[in-house]
Amino acid sequence: MVKPVTKAQKNFDPAVIWAILEEIKDPEIPVLSIVDLGIARDVKDTENGQLEIVISPTYSGCPAMYMLEEQIKETLVNHGYPNPLVTTQLSPAWTTDWMTAQGKEKLEAYGIAPPEKTSHNKAILFGGQKKISCPRCKSDNSEQISEFGSTACKALYRCLDCREPFDYFKCI
Amino acid sequence: MTELNKVNALVQYAAQIGDNGLIIGHRMSEWCFRAPSIEMEMALMNCALDLIGQARELYTYAGEAGGEGKKEDDFAYLRDEQDFRNLLLAEVPNGDWGDTIVRLFFMSAYNKLFFTELAKSTDAELAAIGAKSLKEVTYHLRFSSEWLIRLGDGTEESHRRAQKSIDDLWAYTGELFTMTDAENLLLEDGISVDVTALKADWDELVSQILDQATLSVPTNNWAQSGSKSDGRHTEYFGYIITDMQYLQRRYPGCEW
Repeated sequence: MVKPVTKAQKNFDPAVIWAILEEIKDPEIPVLSIVDLGIARDVKDTENGQLEIVISPTYSGCPAMYMLEEQIKETLVNHGYPNPLVTTQLSPAWTTDWMTAQGKEKLEAYGIAPPEKTSHNKAILFGGQKKISCPRCKSDNSEQISEFGSTACKALYRCLDCREPFDYFKCI
Repeated sequence: MTELNKVNALVQYAAQIGDNGLIIGHRMSEWCFRAPSIEMEMALMNCALDLIGQARELYTYAGEAGGEGKKEDDFAYLRDEQDFRNLLLAEVPNGDWGDTIVRLFFMSAYNKLFFTELAKSTDAELAAIGAKSLKEVTYHLRFSSEWLIRLGDGTEESHRRAQKSIDDLWAYTGELFTMTDAENLLLEDGISVDVTALKADWDELVSQILDQATLSVPTNNWAQSGSKSDGRHTEYFGYIITDMQYLQRRYPGCEW
């Protein structure tokens, strides 16, 4: 059966859409795109020819989500995809494991220690404090200042060698 | 009163879990600009943000499940006092830092057990919200446990005051393990969580931390209830919604 071809469908090429999504940066961590962060989960063309982007929030209350939705729509419209749809998917719950290797490198270069790989260990209430490498001098000799940092996704650490405080992207 | 059916029970259930998050989240956000240090303030605001975020997801779902086109704001801003079915523990005033920590600790210990079970709900959306929230409340539990140990095992004064906070708030913990008619109805289909079954684990978790904190578990088992079952709140509740709902009541439909 031949599906009716609409404008959006004719243009639909997932690779192109993913490349466009790379342009959209996290407002708090402008070096990371929503693709690096693993927030953008899927790209689809719906039955009625609308482009659909599926996103997963990092934290339930993340105030950046609404802004990101708006940015996704705006960017796609500017690239000639009229009336795109952005849908939120909670399950499976977002995890830092979805962050791309490239994203982790960019994060570290920006001065934020990237999340470690998740382990079962964190299910334990006091899993023991992990040693986080300082993104500046790379020393592992660091300590946690605060479990909660400037945004929901970060904790605050201090390097005991170079003495610089730094953000650690929490592993969830 | 409308008779309970599986649709309105689900709406009530999702909204009621949301009420907990919204009300305790609102309470904690009252600490903004008032916490003893910036790290403590950021921690409380982060936790509050998670809890209010969870409430938004639950209210949105309650609106969808009801099929009457209600949105999250309808639940938060346009319901009256008796319609809110949060746990009384969520609405008690902040008191001092010890009171706030003990309240968050009791609630987080409960939330961790509760969301672990909700993640297994036969309702896919509730299960998704449960799994997502679980990751967040685990942090809240760790944060509040660490503080409770620090306060209990700290100075003579911090110990005395932390113990007083525990004794004062203890009467509100019994309500955590009570079931509403809606919950019982939904339990038949494996949608809701049997909270009565969480009590033993909660007791265990709480006594473990209190023990480390050199604090004692109160022996008084009289429990205050009324909000979760009937919407009978403490005298403090009216002030919360007056503050929270003012804008929507004064300027209906107002948007950013």
